[in-house]
Order: sequence, then structure tokens, then C-alpha cells
Amino acid sequence: MQSDRSSGQDTILKVQDLGYQNDGKVILKDISFDLKLGEHLAVVGSSGSGKSTLLRLLNRLLEPTQGRVVYKGRDYKETPPRELRRKIGLILQQPYLFPGTVADNLRFGPAQRQAEISDEAIAELLSNVDLPDFAGRDVANLSGGEAQRVSIARTLANSPEILLMDEPTSALDEESRLQVEKLLCDIAQRQKLTFIIVTHDMQQAGRLAETALVLEGGRVQQYGPVEEIIHAK
Amino acid sequence: MLNNLFSNQIVLGFVQVAIAFVLALLVVLIANRRGIHIEKEVLVSLLRGIVQITVVGSLLLALLKSPTWAGILILLGMFLAAARTAARRAKGVNGAFRASFYGIAIASGVVIGVMSALGVIEYKLLSLVPVGSMIISAAMNSNALALNRFKAEIGSHIGLIETALSLGASPQETVKPYLQASVHASLIPRIDSLRTLGIVWIPGLMTGMVIAGSDPFYAAIYQFVVMAMIFATSGLSAMITMAFIQKEIFSPAEQLLLVTEGKGEGNGKNNGGGMKRNR
Repeated sequence: MQSDRSSGQDTILKVQDLGYQNDGKVILKDISFDLKLGEHLAVVGSSGSGKSTLLRLLNRLLEPTQGRVVYKGRDYKETPPRELRRKIGLILQQPYLFPGTVADNLRFGPAQRQAEISDEAIAELLSNVDLPDFAGRDVANLSGGEAQRVSIARTLANSPEILLMDEPTSALDEESRLQVEKLLCDIAQRQKLTFIIVTHDMQQAGRLAETALVLEGGRVQQYGPVEEIIHAK
Repeated sequence: MLNNLFSNQIVLGFVQVAIAFVLALLVVLIANRRGIHIEKEVLVSLLRGIVQITVVGSLLLALLKSPTWAGILILLGMFLAAARTAARRAKGVNGAFRASFYGIAIASGVVIGVMSALGVIEYKLLSLVPVGSMIISAAMNSNALALNRFKAEIGSHIGLIETALSLGASPQETVKPYLQASVHASLIPRIDSLRTLGIVWIPGLMTGMVIAGSDPFYAAIYQFVVMAMIFATSGLSAMITMAFIQKEIFSPAEQLLLVTEGKGEGNGKNNGGGMKRNR
């Protein structure tokens, strides 16, 4: 089932017939959906269904081979890639942190556009991810959960308008997973963030998002309110 | 000892080649036992090496009587062969040959040109070809090391590179540490050679000059000049090649033209995935 919800004025991202092929193999095909300002969308599917590829296409780390993405009313190819990637931030499944301190990592994004981030701003970002006083810590000494929270703060340091999250809790233990999940809910509520989260867990989708897009074999299988999809199963 | 057994110099040469082959193959065999598989590569290199050097040896006299412009052509051929050989160390990386050719040609061209202008190398075939070949060969070796290291560095840091891209970094910024490490690694043999010149290594060029009747002090100075030229060429070539290759591995939309292998490997804090193939 594919929704034809019309795009209203508050649509921030419009994905139209998006597809991606690699070496002749179809990874994604005919993906269409709208993302409204403040909306939380879960992309659900099993391994190999194309979830991560979809996020990488939206962040333009990959080039679509079909369809288009409209960001704030304009084809996203009209926005310079670096600017687009800052505005549509991506958090990967593995929190790849740069060698150095936590503060160094948080400064990285703004430094790319010659912007400085104050110590107070760093403290606030870390406080938002429940890591106060972590600014001077060496990233080599962080646990998996802490590293993922630093990775979230680092992406937020760029002040993205949309946050893309690729299974941000899948590499964590149960306790860290619940902490990060709660944190994401708090941040989303507090900062009125628009986000897309990729997960293979429909229950997690229900906890974090209002809308779900179910992928199977690179195609949309279901799209609609998450509660309806959970109850239909 | 062998000299006493074989009076004919050519026969003696072939016997020496056979012994050298056996020694080299013995090393290949030991490596094989230890799981290091270099059989095909070494065998092909040994065969090519002996054929090429004996052909050049046979033609040397004729070559040295050729006009100077022929030397330029010979050097051009050397640029191409060196670039091709170095690029093979980065198989699968877009534009490796082109980047390597530019690096070798520009660096060797600049150094040979400057040294010819200053009179360090005489602008005649007798000097240009042998000294030029040493310089080009050094550029090839440093390029091969730099490209090989760069490919490995990129392959083992795809996660970090794409993370940096996703945070709005320029492609150049994302690969900068790997590029620096590659150039540095490529120069280690050259720096060590310079450091141990005359102590661990007394090069053949100097020895040959002394045997041919040159003043030993001048022969030593000339050898140092050649070594310094070789270092300059190696460094310049590796840096130029890296400057070109870093552009080749990204698309115009600043996407890394390599894909990650699987996911969920390692803790992901300081590395990321492995290189699979070009898109």
C-alpha cells in the first residue's frame, strides 16, 4: 500500500519514485512519501530491504538512479551537497567518532563552515544527550551507548532541520538502547525535530514514530500511521 | 668459485641467473608456507626483469649512440611503464593510472629539467637515460607505496569518511589524514636511504664512477646529489599523485565512489567497514 497523501505547505521533504541500482541490481524502486515538518517517520524492514540505502540517498551520500527528492520545495540536487548534508543530518548505526575528545567531535561539523561553537553550546548539547562533563573525555574511552549519544550530539551541533537515524540503537545493549530511545523522544519533543528512523523492530517504530514505511525487497510494502500497521499485523 | 668453472662469461651469467632464481624462489616457497602468496607476482616479475634488462643490456651500446631526442622518447616510455606499474598497487581505485602518470611525469620532469639546467645531469643521452631511469624508478616506487597505502587507508576508514561527509565536510578534508599517512609511508625507504648513505649503503653508481677513474670525493658528492634528487622526485611524485587521486575517488556530488562491505563490524568508534568495489 502506498499513500498518495497530498503535500501540504508544511511538507519539508517529498520523495518521488526514488530508486537506486548498483551494478544492475535493484536496491530500491519507486519509493514515494512525504515528510511533514515535525513528523516522525519510521522506516521498517528486514536486513537487505533497502532501509539504510534510503537514508543514504536522502543524505545524498548515494546518488539516486531514479526519481527525485524535493527538499523545501526544490529538488535537493539544487542545494550544494555539503549544505544539504548539514540540513538533513545523518546518524549512522555505528557511531564513528573522530580520534580526539568529545568536544573535538562536536566542533567538527560547525568548523566545516568556519563556524565556532562555544564551550557553553557544547555543554548544552552534551547535557541534552545526558553526558554532562564529557567534553574533555577521549572518545577512545567511551562505552557504546555513550559513543552513540556523542554521535547524536555531534549531528545536532549542525542544527539539522531533518534528522536521519540508521538503526541508532541496534548495536547497543538493552540498557543503553532504552536510554538512547528515551533520549531521542525527549530531544524530538523539546526541539520539535523532524526525523526518519530506520529500524527492523516494529515495536520500536511504534514507540518513536507516528508514521511507518515498511520496505520489503527494496519496495514499499506498507505506508501509513504506525498504529494501524502494527494492528494490521 | 664459479669463475673457475666457467670460462665463458655468458654461460657464467646464465648460471648466476639460475642460482639467483633459485634463491628468490626459495623465499617465495617459505612465504607460501607462511600463507603469504606472492608466487605468481614474483615469478612474472623475475621473468620480466631478466628479459627486460638483458634486452636493454644488448641494445645499450646502440641506445647510447642515439641522438638526445631519442633519450626524451625513452624517458616518456619509462613514465608510462612506471605509472602503469605503480597504479597496479591501487587496483580498483578510479583514475589510479592517470594520477600516477601525472605524479611521475611532473616530478621526474621537474627534477630532471632543473638538474639538466644546473648542469648536474649532462643534457646528453649518456647521462639522461641512466640518471633519468633512477629518478623515474624512485618516483614509481614511492607512488606504488603511496597508492597501496592510500587504498588500504580508505578501505578501512569508509565509515569515518562518510560520517565526515554527512557532517558537511569537503571530500579533501575527509581523506586528509589518510593522504598524509600515505605520502609519509611512501618516503620512509628514501629517508632511511639518505640517513644511512655511506654507512649501510654504498651505492653502485659511486662505486662505478670510482672504478671508471673519477675522483672518489667527487663520486661521493655526485652520489649524494643523485640521492637527494631521488628523494625530491619521490616526495613530489607521491604528493602530486595523491592530490590527483583524492579527486578521482569522489563523484561531482561529493560522494565516495566506493561502497562499504556489510555493516555492524567492530565497535565503529575509530574505523569503519571494508572496501568492496567501485560503484
